[in-house]
Amino acid sequence: MRQIPVTCEQREAMLRALGLSATEELFADVPPAARIDRPLDLPTGLSEMELVGHLRGLTDANAPATELVSFAGAGCYDHYVPAIVDHVLRKPEFFTAYTPYQPEVSQGTLQATYEFQTMICELTGMDVANASMYDGATALAEAAQMACRITGRHALVCAPTVHPEWRRTLLTYAEAGTAEVSRSPATDVATGTMQVLGQEDESRKEDHPSLASVLSDERAAAVLVAQPNFFGNFEDLSLIAELTHEAGALLVVAVNPLLLGVLEPPSAYGADIVVGDGQPLGIPMSFGGPGLGFFACRKEHLRQMPGRLVGRSRDVDGNEAFVLTLSTREQHIRREKATSNICSNQALCSLAAGVYLAAVGSEGLSAIARACIAKAHYLRERLLETGRFGAPWETPFGYEFALIYDGDVVEMRSAMLERGFLAGVCAGEVEGGSFAGIGAEMLESLVLLAVTERRTRAEMDLFAEEVASL
Amino acid sequence: MTERSAQIPSGAPARGPRRLIFETGAPESRCVEPPPLDVPELDLKVRLQGRAKIRHEMPMLPHVTEVEIARHYSHLASMNFGVDTGSYPLGSCTMKYNPRIGEDAARYEGFAGLHPYQPIETVQGALELMCRLAEALGEISGLPGVTLQPAAGAHGELTALMCFRAYHLASGIERRRVLVPDSAHGTNPATVAMCGFEAITLPSDADGGVDLAALDEALDDDVAAIMLTNPNTLGLFERNTLAINEAVHSVGALSYCDGANLNAIMGITRPGDTGFDALHINLHKTFGTPHGGGGPGAGPVCVTEALKPFLPGPIPVHLDDGSFGLAEPARSIGRVRSFFGNFGVLVRAYAYIRGLGGEGLREVSEQAVLSANYLKERLRDAYELPYDRTCMHEFVLSGVRQKREGGVRTLDIAKRLLDYGFHPPTIYFPLIVEEALMIEPTETESLEELDRFAKAMLAIAEEVSTDPALLKAAPFTTPVRRVDEVAAARKPDLRFRREG
Repeated sequence: MRQIPVTCEQREAMLRALGLSATEELFADVPPAARIDRPLDLPTGLSEMELVGHLRGLTDANAPATELVSFAGAGCYDHYVPAIVDHVLRKPEFFTAYTPYQPEVSQGTLQATYEFQTMICELTGMDVANASMYDGATALAEAAQMACRITGRHALVCAPTVHPEWRRTLLTYAEAGTAEVSRSPATDVATGTMQVLGQEDESRKEDHPSLASVLSDERAAAVLVAQPNFFGNFEDLSLIAELTHEAGALLVVAVNPLLLGVLEPPSAYGADIVVGDGQPLGIPMSFGGPGLGFFACRKEHLRQMPGRLVGRSRDVDGNEAFVLTLSTREQHIRREKATSNICSNQALCSLAAGVYLAAVGSEGLSAIARACIAKAHYLRERLLETGRFGAPWETPFGYEFALIYDGDVVEMRSAMLERGFLAGVCAGEVEGGSFAGIGAEMLESLVLLAVTERRTRAEMDLFAEEVASL
Repeated sequence: MTERSAQIPSGAPARGPRRLIFETGAPESRCVEPPPLDVPELDLKVRLQGRAKIRHEMPMLPHVTEVEIARHYSHLASMNFGVDTGSYPLGSCTMKYNPRIGEDAARYEGFAGLHPYQPIETVQGALELMCRLAEALGEISGLPGVTLQPAAGAHGELTALMCFRAYHLASGIERRRVLVPDSAHGTNPATVAMCGFEAITLPSDADGGVDLAALDEALDDDVAAIMLTNPNTLGLFERNTLAINEAVHSVGALSYCDGANLNAIMGITRPGDTGFDALHINLHKTFGTPHGGGGPGAGPVCVTEALKPFLPGPIPVHLDDGSFGLAEPARSIGRVRSFFGNFGVLVRAYAYIRGLGGEGLREVSEQAVLSANYLKERLRDAYELPYDRTCMHEFVLSGVRQKREGGVRTLDIAKRLLDYGFHPPTIYFPLIVEEALMIEPTETESLEELDRFAKAMLAIAEEVSTDPALLKAAPFTTPVRRVDEVAAARKPDLRFRREG
C-alpha cells in the first residue's frame, strides 16, 4: 500500500530545491548515536487486497456477539443501529475533519455538536452538556474531580454497585490526583443495591457500612451512583440524593441514556452531575470502544466543567453561526489551571448518537426502552420457570438483571455458546468482581443478562428451553 | 460583493446554518420505528414502583423522516472542511489522508460486532490484532511495554505520568515536580496538574531547544519527570536529547516523550533508544486513523521494561500455547477507562501499519520531512522564519512582519487562506513565537498541492501590502464568516429550547 503522491522524480527536484542530494541530509540534526542503524523489524507492506485477506483472516478467529443470540450487557449493549447512522458517519467531511477550531469551515461539526448537547440536556434534564468525554468510566472519574473543585473537599463515596471497571477507573484517577476514594458503603444483598441507611444488625455495621454511616465519617465531595446499577437494578435515588445533599456533597449519577426515553431523568432527583456511556445510542459494540462518554451538569457549575462546549452566536454578517466557547476552562488556554487535560474527545460518536436520536425520536426511544424492559422481564420469568435459576432479589430493574445459576456458570456459558447463544456475563469475572457485601460464593453463580430490542420471543423461549435441558 | 449577492435569488437557501434538526420535520414524522412488541406489555408504573418513576415530560427530540435526516446532515457536511476537501496543513495535528481500507475493516462484523465480555476463545482474532499492533508500536518506539487502553493523546500522557508516579512511589520516594518546556502543548501542563504534580516551565534556548543551563538548575531529587516533545513543537529535532535524558536520569527522574510528532522519525530514530522512558502515540495522527471532527482517537503508551509492571491492565498477551489472552501487569496503576480501548481505532491503525510495512513507514517520515522543508524554503522570504534550521515534519513561521507592515495579524492570514481553499495552519502556537503559523503539510500532499499552498501564502503576503483591509475582513467565501466569540462566551447559548 502506498499513500504518498509525490513521485521519485519530484522528490529529486524537491531535494535539489533545498540544495540537498539525499533525503538522509534532512536528518542531520539527529545525532548518529540517536539513529536506528537497521530497518524497522516489521512485516513487509501488503497490497490492499492482501491486507483485506489478512484482516478477514483475523475476523475469522472471532465469533461476534451480533451473529449469536446475545444476552451480554454489563455496560455494552447489542442494540439495533438504523442504517442512516453509519451513512452519515461515512461522510468524509465529518470523519476526516479536525476539531472545529476554525468555525468558518466547521459549522457542520459545530452544529451537530450543539444539537447533541441539546439532546443530552433533554434526556438527562440537566442545564448544560459538553461535547463528549472518552467513555462513561472517564466521565465518572472527571465528574468526581469536578465535584472536588466545587466543594473544596477530597473524599469520594462511590456506590459498590457501580460497574467495577468504572469504579477502578475512578480509583486510578483519584490515586493519581488529590482525591481519595473513601471506604465503600456495602451492597444490600437482599436488594442488589447500595445499603443506604444503617441496618439493624450492629455486628455487620463495621464491615458493611451504609451510605449514611460512611457519610457521617467523611466530608465527602461527591456520592457517585449508577442508575440502573451494574446488576440492572434501580437504586433508591430519592433517598440517596437526600442524604448526599444533607452531607453537603454533590450527587453524581451515571445513567443508561436509552432508559431515559421512559424514566424520570436524574435531574428530578436532584442530581448535580449526570454522566454515562452513549454506546446504546447507535454505536456498535466494537469490543468495547470507541463508545461515548457524556457529561451534563447544572448551570451554576458550568465553568468547572471539563471538555469542549459549542455555543450559538452570530457571524459578522449577522447570520447564525456556531463556535467553540468558554475555552478558558481548557488546557490549550489555561494549561495547568485547566479543568481537565482532555483535548480529543469522541466527536464522531456524538454525531452517531445525534443521528440515532433523530432517527428514533422521543416516541421511538421510549418504545425501544419499553420493549427492552418488557423483554428482559419476560426472559427473567422464563428462566425462573426452568428451575435452574434463582432470583437473588426482587428489586425493580431495567433491561438487565442478575440471576443465580444452580450449576457451574462458566460451563453453562460454554455449552450455550455451542448452541449459538451468548449467555450473558458472569458478574464475578468483571474486573475481579468485587462488590462490597456480596460474598464470593454468591458472586460465582451470578449471571448478568441483558435483553435488547433485538431479541425475539422465539429466541428467548429457545434459550430457556436449551438452558433447562443442560 | 453587492454584485454577486444581486445574482442570488432571495429564496435561495443559506450557505451557513439553516435550521436545527429540532426545527425540521413535523410532530408526526418518523424515521425508523421499532417492530411490534412480541412479549406481553408491562405496566411500568407497577413494575418500577418505589425505585424509578415514569417520565412525565418527554424529552424534546427531533421528529423527522429519513430523507430529512439525510438532507440535514448532508448540508451540515457541506459546511465542513475535511482532509478529503483539501490541504489541511494544521501543525502538530498530522492531517494526513485516511486510507479507506481502515474504515471498512473497523466495520467488519467480526470486529464491530464483538462484545467486550465474550468468552476469550471467541475473540482470538481481536486479541491477536491488539498484540501485533502493540508489538509494532514497541518496535517503532523502541519501548517494549505497550498499553492500548488510552483513548486519546492527552489520555496517554495522563496514563504515562500515572505510571511514573507509581514507579517513584514504589521506590519509596515521593517526587513533586515535573519539568515542561515552554514550547509544550497545553495538554502537558494540564496533565501534570491532574496527576497532582507541580509543573515547572523550562525556557527554550535561542536555537529552539531545551535550555541546558536552565535544565541543569531545575533538576534535583524532587523532580519526577520531564515531558519533552521530540521533534518539538517548533518542528525541530532536540539535538541534545541524549544529554538531556542522561541528566534527567542522573537525578533519578524519568523522561517522557510526547509523541504528537512521531510522523517525522519513524525508522529514523526511536525514542526508546535515545533515553526516553515512555512515549504516547497518537494513532489518529501518525497512523492514518481519522480525526472524526475531534475524536475518537487513540493514545497508546509505550514504556521501558522497568515501567512495564505499572501499565494499566488488562494487556493482551500471546500465550505459550499459541493462543491469545489477557494479563494484568504486576503493579498496575489500574484501569484508565472501561474495556480495552478504542478498539475500532486500533483496527484502523493496525491496517495502516500492515499496509505500509516498515519500509513504507520510513518513507512516510522522509517524505513528511522533505515536504515540510520544501514549503519552508518557498515561504522563508515572504514570512519571518524565527528558527532557521532544517525542520522535521513541520515548521513555524511568524507573521510579525505582516503585523508591522499592514497591521495584519496571523489570524487574518489564516482566515484569508480559507478563501484560497486551504485549511489554515495552527496559529498562535507554540506560545514562544509571536504571531506563530505552524505548518505541517504531511506526506500525503502532492507536489502540486504544496506549490498551490505556497502560492496562496505568497499571494496573501502580497495582499498585506496592497489591501490589508481585505485580509482583516476575510474570509468571504466560507459558509459563515468570522464568528463573534466574545458574545458566545459572554452569554452562552449552549442548547436549543423550544419557545412557548
